[in-house]
Amino acid sequence: MTPPGGGGRDSAVELHSLVKRYGAATAVDGLSLSAARGAVTALLGPNGAGKTTTIEICEGFRRADSGTVRVLGLDPVAGGRALKPRVGVMPQSGGVPGTARAGEFLRLVASFHATPLDPDALLARLGLTEHARTPFRRMSGGQQQRLSLAVAIVGRPELVFLDEPTTGLDPQARHATWELIEELRAAGVSVVLTTHNMEEAERLCDRVVIVDHGQVVAEGAPEELTGAERQLRFRARPGLGLDELLAALPAGSAAKESPAGHYLIEADVRPELLATVTAWCASHGVLTEDLRIERRTLEDVFLELTGRELRS
Amino acid sequence: MTAPLDLSPAPGAVPLPRMIMSQAGYEFRTVLRNGEQLLLTLIIPVVLLVLFSATSLLDLGSGRRVDFLAPGILALAVMSTAFTGQAIGTGFERRYGVLKRLGATPLPRAGLIGAKTASVLAVEAVQAAVICAVALGLGWEPHGDPASVLVLLLLGTAAFSGFGLLMAGTMRAEAALAAANLVYILLLAVGGVVFPLEKFPGPVRDALELLPISALAGGLRDVLQDGAAFPAQPLLVLAVWAVAGLALAARFFRWE
Repeated sequence: MTPPGGGGRDSAVELHSLVKRYGAATAVDGLSLSAARGAVTALLGPNGAGKTTTIEICEGFRRADSGTVRVLGLDPVAGGRALKPRVGVMPQSGGVPGTARAGEFLRLVASFHATPLDPDALLARLGLTEHARTPFRRMSGGQQQRLSLAVAIVGRPELVFLDEPTTGLDPQARHATWELIEELRAAGVSVVLTTHNMEEAERLCDRVVIVDHGQVVAEGAPEELTGAERQLRFRARPGLGLDELLAALPAGSAAKESPAGHYLIEADVRPELLATVTAWCASHGVLTEDLRIERRTLEDVFLELTGRELRS
Repeated sequence: MTAPLDLSPAPGAVPLPRMIMSQAGYEFRTVLRNGEQLLLTLIIPVVLLVLFSATSLLDLGSGRRVDFLAPGILALAVMSTAFTGQAIGTGFERRYGVLKRLGATPLPRAGLIGAKTASVLAVEAVQAAVICAVALGLGWEPHGDPASVLVLLLLGTAAFSGFGLLMAGTMRAEAALAAANLVYILLLAVGGVVFPLEKFPGPVRDALELLPISALAGGLRDVLQDGAAFPAQPLLVLAVWAVAGLALAARFFRWE
C-alpha cells in the first residue's frame, strides 16, 4: 500500500497527519513529513515541540492516535520484527545498564546482527578504546553519548534515528560525530536526527523540518529556509541620520541602529546598494568599520517561526 | 588515525537462539560480577548453612541439623536469584531505559525473557553446586529422587520469577528494591527456610505452608531428607503460584 502524500519507495520515513495525545496534552498535532533515503534529515524545534514523540513513534515505541507512519515502507509496530535489524536507534539518554562495560555492551548488540561492524574498530573510531572496560555509569556524559551512537550503528542499519546526538558534547566530540554522520550518508545510510544546534542542522543536513507545537512550521534544505535574503551590517559613530540614508536607498529598504553605533540595513543587497551606502557615508565624512554582507542564519529563521519566548 | 569503517548498510539478524545465548551470557556475567547480588545469592545462604549447622543456636528438631538446613538453603537460593535478583535487576533496567533500548535491537521481548530465564537457571546451578559442596562437607546425606528435586526447583523458579518480574515491571525501581529485600527477609524468617514451621501454632503454620518458599523448602525436605518422590502438596502450591505470578507479570509488566 502506498501511503498518502506520495514519496513511497524513495522515502526512508513517511508520516502523514500524525496525532499523539498524552491525556489532555497534544504532543503531535497532525504532523506530516517525508525523509528521503540516503539523506540526513533534521527535526528542529524548541523543547516540547514533539520531536522525541515523533521519533519514538517512528521507532515503534509509541503508537500514534491517528495518522499513518511508514518506516522503510513498513508500519513500525506491525513490521517491527522486520525493521529492527534494519533500523538503528540512539535514544536521548541512557539505555545502557550502569554496570555494563562499554565494549561489552557494544559487543552484545553487535552479536545480534549478522554482519556487524567490528566493535573494537568502532570504539577506536569514537575515541573510546581506553574506556572499553569502563562501566557505563562511570563514563562522562560525552562518552556515554558516543557509546550510544556506536550501539545505534554497529549493526550496519539502513536507517538511523539519532535523538539529539551531539547535545552535551565538547567541540572535538561534536565534530567527530558530525564526520561520522557524513560518512553514514556517503555510505548510503538514511539519517533522521533531532537537534537544537543550528550549526549542526545547517552544515550537516540535507533537509530541515522545523517543528513547533506538534506541527511542521517550515521545511526545506537549509539554504531554502534561510532564503536568498541578505543584510548589510556596519559600525560607525553613533547617531547617523538614517532617514536621510534611507532616502538614498531603493524603496522597501529598512535601516536601524541597535545598539548605538551598530547599523543594520535590510534591503535587496546588490553591488549598487553597497556603493550607495559607502558613498553616502563618504559624503558625510563617516568611516565605516566591520562592513559586511550576511545571509540570514537558520537561527534567525527558527526564532522568527517559533518566537522568542522561553519554553519549559 | 584509524582504519576506515565500512558503514554501508548490511542489515540482518542472527537466528533467535544465538541472540538468546548472547544475552543470557551477558546477564550471567553481570550477576556474577555484582557484589551486592552475590551477597544475596551466595554469601548469605552459605553463611546461614554453616552457622546453623555447626552451632546449636536454633532448635531444628530431632534429625541431623545439616539434613534439615540444606534443602531450606537451596530454596532460599532459588528465591534470591529468581525473585529478589530479578525484581531489582530488571526493575533498574526498566528505569534506565535498558529494556526499551534492547527493544530497539533485533532481540525480541520473548527472547529477552528467555535469556533472563536461562541466566537465572545458570546462576542457580552455580548456587546449588556451591551449597551442595558445603553441605556435603558438613556431613549432609541427601536421599531421594533427583527428578523430583529438579521439578521442585524449576517450579519454584517459575513462581518466583513471575512475581519478581511483576514487581520489576510495575513498581518504581527504588520501591522494587526495598520491597524485594523486605520480602526476602520476611520469607526467610517465616517460610521454613531455617526456622522449622513446627514452631508456629497450628492455624498459622497451615497458612504459612501455602507460601511458595515454604512449599519449595518443605518439598525439597520431603524428598532430600525423607526420600519422598513428587510430594503432591508442595508441587501443587508451587504450580498455583507459578501460574498466578507468570500470568500477572504477562498482564501487567510495563516495559518503560
